Amino acid sequence: MSILIAVLTLALIAALFGLLLGYASVKFHVEGDPVVDKIDALLPQTQCGQCTYAGCRPYAEAIANGEAEINQCPPGGEVTMLALSDLLGVEPLALDAEHEDAPEKTVVYIDEETCIGCTLCIQACPVDAILGAAKQMHSIIESECTGCDLCIPPCPVDCIHIKPVKVEPDTWRWPLPDSGKTAPQAG
Amino acid sequence: MSNSRHLWHFHGGLKLPGNKTKSTSTPIAQALLPKRLVVPAQQHIGEAGQLQVKVGDNVLKGQILAQASSYVSAPIHAPSSGKIVEIDELPVPHPSGLNALSVVIETDGEDKWTELSPLHHPKTKSPAELRQLIRQAGIVGLGGATFPTAVKVNTGPQAEIDTLILNGAECEPSISCDDMLMRNYARELISGCELIQYIVSAKHCLIAVEDNKPEAITAIHQVIKEKSLHTIEVVTIPTIYPTGGEKQLIKVLTQKEVPSDGFPSDIGVLVQNVGTAVAIHNAIYLGQPLISRIITVTGDGVLQPQNMEVMIGTPMSELIEQSGGYHKDASKLIMGGPMMGFTLQTDHLPITKACNCLLVENTPEQTPEPMPCIRCGACATVCPAQLLPQQLYWHASSKNFDLVQDYHLFDCIECGCCNHVCPSQIPLVQYYRFAKTEIWNQERDRIKSDHARIRHDFRQERLDREKKERDEKLRKKKELLAKKKLAEAAAKETDGSAAEVDPKKAAIEAAMKRVKDKKAAQKIEKEDAASSASKNTNEKSIQE
Repeated sequence: MSILIAVLTLALIAALFGLLLGYASVKFHVEGDPVVDKIDALLPQTQCGQCTYAGCRPYAEAIANGEAEINQCPPGGEVTMLALSDLLGVEPLALDAEHEDAPEKTVVYIDEETCIGCTLCIQACPVDAILGAAKQMHSIIESECTGCDLCIPPCPVDCIHIKPVKVEPDTWRWPLPDSGKTAPQAG
Repeated sequence: MSNSRHLWHFHGGLKLPGNKTKSTSTPIAQALLPKRLVVPAQQHIGEAGQLQVKVGDNVLKGQILAQASSYVSAPIHAPSSGKIVEIDELPVPHPSGLNALSVVIETDGEDKWTELSPLHHPKTKSPAELRQLIRQAGIVGLGGATFPTAVKVNTGPQAEIDTLILNGAECEPSISCDDMLMRNYARELISGCELIQYIVSAKHCLIAVEDNKPEAITAIHQVIKEKSLHTIEVVTIPTIYPTGGEKQLIKVLTQKEVPSDGFPSDIGVLVQNVGTAVAIHNAIYLGQPLISRIITVTGDGVLQPQNMEVMIGTPMSELIEQSGGYHKDASKLIMGGPMMGFTLQTDHLPITKACNCLLVENTPEQTPEPMPCIRCGACATVCPAQLLPQQLYWHASSKNFDLVQDYHLFDCIECGCCNHVCPSQIPLVQYYRFAKTEIWNQERDRIKSDHARIRHDFRQERLDREKKERDEKLRKKKELLAKKKLAEAAAKETDGSAAEVDPKKAAIEAAMKRVKDKKAAQKIEKEDAASSASKNTNEKSIQE
């Protein structure tokens, strides 16, 4: 008899908790994968595709699924890799030698003399940073440009060029003393 | 004038040789009006001003060149009358040696003022109106931080200011511009002090002066006595570097500590530099904007060290020249003092609102080679912010920017005490400056990438929406077509009406039908003929 009571009690408790868990899973359901959001927040959002994925979010999803390594983002450089390693609790990975330092920030500009107004670059820009219309001259909104360079290959007349972001006294960085590696210094 | 007030001590600090008498033996000299004034458009913390002038314009002294562009901003005024000959990116005194947007005025020598509107009874105006006047006068903190004063004196309704502190400590060696200002402009200083006191409704005011400036203390005391002011008091404080730091001074005078991420107003205190108080007096009572300041030109490398009243935009080279020129061994030009100043690459730079001292050093350029940190802890003993400088150094040099912030990097005031005592001659402050600017840079990157993400998501959404709309349009078109066909088919069945719908088509169809009918009729006829023929062959043959 007592065994029966014990079994019944346990079964009842199990059922209760089952219901509670079921309710909680419905009530506190989280849309999307928060890990992907967290990874995405660390990526530089250039949407350049150099990681071999279609953009920053697809790369974030790939990292979350364990399909991609954390050292595939050249624009983010070492800083992003370290931040990802910190977030995901994985060992830091070496970057390719050429990507070791955070790359110099660049933007593009359109040689407006040469532009024929084909709109191909506008379609390629992932952040709508190019202004223009068919058969009208196009122009880059510099403050919105992320320097992903995705607009360069589609241009049929090669009128889009890369230039470094200008360092102002406000954005200038002190160099690290006594080390070969100094922050970019402008003339 | 006995110091009845009880004073406290801040942590650490250094007793340094003052080297101030060199520049205080002669009265303040009036710098000559230069031929060209180069006025940078941004001389304050916050956003750059918006230019209001163009090349070729004639401007009068005190006329606005650049208007404040946002709340934390300050306008820039023409320091003298003349013609604007250039607006371009020109070198500015900054550790980076970079250029910034500047207005070049070719002075006409008349030094003619624009129309000023002085206020004789400012206390009939509301504090908000006075703040607006301070803002329009382009006044910024003249102690070196250059934070817009109108913003600083707007302490908000919830913060009650109990104590206004006027900072006349001037603790950094070699600099004596505040000392000379207090000696010569004590009356204006007290007047400015009363104005600030009125604006922030402070109960009482302390003017803190280090005990190595007895002349200044006497001068201010004299004025207070004359005007028999009871809420303003001069406090003589011991000469310890960096007692002129805002938080350190508050600690010395009130024992209160400003919270790590807070402001002095959180504990009921407001600190203003003495020079700022004089500038406020000039702005309100005389209507004059901030277009000049007192600068100490000193050091072993300059022949006649002195203090000078200088127009903003005057080239440094001219000030050195007017101070007897360089010593033959002069090797290094520093803006600011020996502890917190930074080396300039050239003297062809304009004086800005931030510039309180030009220090020319003679010491041969031989920076000691830094040696490894031996963990002696001397830096922690002297740190006035009670930080752990060696930990900060450790983590800054390994670029561990999260950890340096855990060690309160941003409470570091870059006073240079740790540098000074380090037996290994490690340039500690430079590591902190490096880490600070790197962290700010990362913050800027993060804001930019967040912005890019929003734009990218928005674009994606737009493309999806456009695709959906296109599909929808296509679907509707197809449906319409299908409907039409169906309708036509129905119309065909009921005939007649088809002609009405499309007479041409109907005509063709009718014609085709006629042809078909005809053919069919002919066929039937033929067949009929054939059969009748075959039937009638016999008859025919018989008839024939």
